[in-house]
Amino acid sequence: MASTADYKDRQFLAVIGDEDSVTGLLLAGIGHVTDPPDSQKNFLVVDNKTETSAIEAAFESFTEQRKDIGIVLINQHIADKIRHRIDTYTAAFPTVLEIPSKEHPYDPEKDSVLRRVRRLFGE
Amino acid sequence: MSGAGDREAVFPTRQSLGLMKSKLKGAETGHSLLKRKSEALTKRFREITRRIDEAKRKMGRVMQVAAFSLAEVSYAVGGDIGYQIQESARQARFRLRTKQENVSGVLLPAFESYQTEGNNDFGLTGLGKGGQQVQRCRETYARAVETLVELASLQTAFVILDEVIKVVNRRVNAIEHVIIPRTENTIKYINSELDELDREEFYRLKKVANKKQRDTAAADAELKKKMEAEDKENAGSGGGQAADILAENEDDDVIF
Repeated sequence: MASTADYKDRQFLAVIGDEDSVTGLLLAGIGHVTDPPDSQKNFLVVDNKTETSAIEAAFESFTEQRKDIGIVLINQHIADKIRHRIDTYTAAFPTVLEIPSKEHPYDPEKDSVLRRVRRLFGE
Repeated sequence: MSGAGDREAVFPTRQSLGLMKSKLKGAETGHSLLKRKSEALTKRFREITRRIDEAKRKMGRVMQVAAFSLAEVSYAVGGDIGYQIQESARQARFRLRTKQENVSGVLLPAFESYQTEGNNDFGLTGLGKGGQQVQRCRETYARAVETLVELASLQTAFVILDEVIKVVNRRVNAIEHVIIPRTENTIKYINSELDELDREEFYRLKKVANKKQRDTAAADAELKKKMEAEDKENAGSGGGQAADILAENEDDDVIF
């Protein structure tokens, strides 16, 4: 269970997504770069050339290392690439949320949480 | 005797019987309380799952609209603005606040989004052309993110509730299927042992009483016989007895 101190200072969102999704979400104003010297971005743009290991590293940094992120948004087709990581991720904070992207319509069957919902209700 | 069945290792005394009885009562109270808690949580859980399902579908639509407005922007601006925006992001305008909600003793956190005033990283985006589209796109995306935040808090509540319900149900089952039967077994065992002791004690007392009765009867009979014999002798020979005494045993000589 999450303790109280665990989520008090989580006030940012993080994004792992393709260029369009990230651009749109940044326009909404969620982008944040921490103060120098270690300026860390809270977003990662993934294109065809991005290595899976880089996505995993970003996911790990957003979910485990940084303590100021409350929600991690990840495009569903990118989540598919690191599906095993997403499925084994069960902590409450930060919440991992799969979002649709422009080219890839949303498929509720793949979503790790929705799959749990379905399994619980035996559908 | 209830040697069979799982029971606690206690001595069968009245004191431990009392202890076990109060323990059983406590376990039953706890069981009903936990059961009610689990039911309340499950009710909440079902509501949340239903809302998640709805919210996920809504998210699909909202994100579609948002993506479309972004396409409008790149058409109006006439080029890719992605790079420019990624480079100019500095301070988050859109932030989260967490608050707690209490559902039968379980603290469920909920996210709430708010926008900080006064800092705008993208003031110059679309300055040349397409500024209106950029503005609209920002509003659309802000609404989309609000939906996402709502969904995220539902999802967090879902994860936490799922875990808590599992724990509570495990406890309910443990009390129902392990602790209560075991305590009942122990009580049965102590009762049967105490009964056994009672029976033994009763039997022993009966034996003692029997023996006492027999002894008294025998003593009575002997006394009676003796008295009868005495009576007969007294009645039969009156003076002979004194003569007998003299004749029977001569006194030893007394030597000084």
